[in-house]
Amino acid sequence: MAGYAVEIDDVTVRFRSKKRDVTALADVTMHVEPGEFVSIVGPSGCGKSTLLKLSSGLLPASKGDVRLFGEPVNGPRKDIGYVFQKAALLEWRSARKNILLQAEMRKMPAKEAAARADELIEMTGLTGFEDALPHELSGGMQQRVALCRALLHRPPVLLMDEPFGALDALTREQMNVELRRIWQETGTTVLLVTHSIAEAVYLSDQVVMISARPGTVAGVVDVNLPVERDYGPTMAEPEFAKATRHIRDHLGAATAAE
Amino acid sequence: MVTHTQSARAGQRERAGEASGVAERSGPGLGQRLGGFLERSWRPFALLAALFVAWWGVTAAELVEPYLVPSPGNTFDAIAVRPEYFWEHTWTTTYETVLGFVIAIAVGVIAAVAMVQSSTLEKTLYPLLLFAQVIPKIAIAPLFVVWLGFGLGPKILVAVLMAFFPVVISMVTGLKSVDPEMLQLSSTMGAKSGQTFWKIRFPASLPHLFSGLKVAATMAVTGAVVGEFVGADAGLGFVILQANGNLDTPVLFAGLLIMSLLGVLLFVIVEWLEQLLLPWHASRRDEGASTTL
Ligand SMILES: Nc1ncnc2c1ncn2[C@@H]1O[C@H](COP(=O)(O)OP(=O)(O)OP(=O)(O)O)[C@@H](O)[C@H]1O
Ligand SMILES: [Mg+2]
Repeated sequence: MAGYAVEIDDVTVRFRSKKRDVTALADVTMHVEPGEFVSIVGPSGCGKSTLLKLSSGLLPASKGDVRLFGEPVNGPRKDIGYVFQKAALLEWRSARKNILLQAEMRKMPAKEAAARADELIEMTGLTGFEDALPHELSGGMQQRVALCRALLHRPPVLLMDEPFGALDALTREQMNVELRRIWQETGTTVLLVTHSIAEAVYLSDQVVMISARPGTVAGVVDVNLPVERDYGPTMAEPEFAKATRHIRDHLGAATAAE
Repeated sequence: MVTHTQSARAGQRERAGEASGVAERSGPGLGQRLGGFLERSWRPFALLAALFVAWWGVTAAELVEPYLVPSPGNTFDAIAVRPEYFWEHTWTTTYETVLGFVIAIAVGVIAAVAMVQSSTLEKTLYPLLLFAQVIPKIAIAPLFVVWLGFGLGPKILVAVLMAFFPVVISMVTGLKSVDPEMLQLSSTMGAKSGQTFWKIRFPASLPHLFSGLKVAATMAVTGAVVGEFVGADAGLGFVILQANGNLDTPVLFAGLLIMSLLGVLLFVIVEWLEQLLLPWHASRRDEGASTTL
């Protein structure tokens, strides 16, 4: 039964306020295998962030079922790591202490947490900036701190909401390569929301395309690239070009039809 | 929100940091900070000096009668003649002010926390707070004297009442200003509400609280003096009333001067505490200071 890591079955999310009703997601069905890397792409406002919040239990579904490892999600889940669109760091804590917030809240053994934090700091290239306060870090570094914080407790599912949106192209590529490596090392299931089609294809096993208002699954693309993906060569693969073109056409068509 | 400018700023910083090695991020030393303080605050001091000179000039040129406006010399003489008299009454007012201020902080913070926890409580308490704020303190102070006698009680109570409101309002605003995503993040960490409060909400509210405390500090002085006006046998309010009765303007001016200094001093202490306790906030507010280091 516990076949899927993330299971979203025929889910609709409606936001109701005094001024208007917004159907953010309509009849969305999506299944993610454990250890899979799935990206979600779609135009702004189509409900991508909503989808991640739904999966983590931060938002309730108006209709339909959400399950994590076969367990129904009702209420915030703690067996996940979440990277928000904004870095959401505590201004008064140093980079390292922001990462360790995860451990403090979960009451993890201090020694183990510290070792894991050191490991992640090195892995993401934050060495030397452990004691810097968030406002002393660049946007990209802040986002890396948020990533470390999300990975500290080795979550079985990692949810990332446009984590690299604020980065320059080059740093972004580096982060992509790093993320791919981290994913391979940890075997975590990843759900990544992104606006970059290239990023989605390079990183993922599967790309889910969402159309706008109301958000529905417009299509799913399986990326048939090898597991080992060196950045340059992968970009040059015919399969890469095929997948990106497919997604671009599909999203373009979806937006044009609106 | 601020993220855009912030990250742009941070970008510049990063480069500066890499060049110099970020290790010495510990912040400026005490000497440097004192220098920085002087550099930042010489203007008000200069203005103060100018006003003082003007005061002296007006009285020296005898533009006004000395019994209306005494000269600075006469004013300081009034203090110098009876230093222990002024010391005693200043001490009384300081005591009332500080005690009133501290009680106002304690009660205000607790009330704010309670109000943020429960919206029913907030709706119930807010009108009451507002009522307590708008009612003229000078009008109810006599009632406090009737209830509590001539001692310190009514003065402290008026000081508390005056200082309480800015504390509650700023603390409520602070506690509500936390980024909702930060709270969501906290719930994905499985945090208990106590943990979320102490590790996220409370520290995030402190900058707001401190801006309220600065207002409250000056209000507390006013409150104590108002309390003394209504009925007292000690304190600077008493000194001023007595001097007024005797048409002793030098003493009256001396009382006013000390009273103002008391307010300023309390304000400066709060500001200093803010810098000490919230260095992350202060350094963000006056950045630029660190880029030039
Ligand atoms: N808390 C909320 N209350 C009301 N409406 C909301 C709320 N959150 C999201 N929405 C609406 O739901 C829709 C989807 O929002 P969502 O944030 O999921 O979009 P998104 O795909 O993440 O967009 P972007 O790429 O710009 O981040 C939008 O139309 C938005 O206005
Ligand atoms: Mg979004």
